[in-house]
Amino acid sequence: MTDTPDIQVLTPYARSLGISVERWDEMAPVVRVDFSEAVLGRPGALHGGAISGLLETAGYGALRARLAQDGREVGMKPINITVQFLRSGKDRPSFASARIVKLGRRTANISIEAWQDDPARPIASAVMNVMITEPAA
Amino acid sequence: MSLETARFDPAKAAPFLIAGAHNGWLGLRYSTHGEDWVELELPWRADLLGEDGREVLASGPIISLMDMASGLSIWTRTNAFRAIATLDLRVDYTRPARERTSVFGRVQCYRSTRSAFFVRGVAHDGDPDDPVAHMQGVFMHVDARMVALPPGHGE
Repeated sequence: MTDTPDIQVLTPYARSLGISVERWDEMAPVVRVDFSEAVLGRPGALHGGAISGLLETAGYGALRARLAQDGREVGMKPINITVQFLRSGKDRPSFASARIVKLGRRTANISIEAWQDDPARPIASAVMNVMITEPAA
Repeated sequence: MSLETARFDPAKAAPFLIAGAHNGWLGLRYSTHGEDWVELELPWRADLLGEDGREVLASGPIISLMDMASGLSIWTRTNAFRAIATLDLRVDYTRPARERTSVFGRVQCYRSTRSAFFVRGVAHDGDPDDPVAHMQGVFMHVDARMVALPPGHGE
């Protein structure tokens, strides 16, 4: 556990929704949310917005970790996110992890997947573009 | 009684539909609607922030807001309450929302077919002509059957 990045993965929103860090995988966090009233959409199914929140948390966590690893003290601003909903999320824990497809000087492109029982059967996927900003002086 | 002819009134149905579960947890509120669009309000709350130390709502709740306003706009346009699922949803964040302020999600269902519904909308913090985000999405029927709302909520 010595090479786990010392960064804050969970935003106030993520903590409030019940998202936690399950483990670290290749320097990117695998985040988890248990099924609860707070993430419920249609009866018995996860809310698309809650799944999106989980995907985004995994995406920013992976980017934060990479920036910390590279020693870059910069800010992040969302540009956009596109979410594909592939299967309905059931009443069990959900997980998400992200891959940084491209990290440049000014932008990052991140690909994220969420799953429940089997990572090979994702319930949702997303692509995010994030602006990398210089810290305010 | 035919549900086919019952009017779906978002002003009456929304408070019931957003009372519990994830939408209730977010504290979504009905704001206003038109023939094929609905606007909901996401009140500012300290535990929905996207960053420690910055008093701006996270982007996750904004997706939830747009998702729910999309569903209501589809039921309003088609005049029927059916189970639907989000297929694809895109949000472009055009500027940061102001600190400590509600975000409103206004979504129009601009095209509906037998099985697919196309929606677009904006999120704003008071002025719909100066959005904080733009949204586009596609929804599908989960099941062709309509779901009955409790008396007084749908008609």
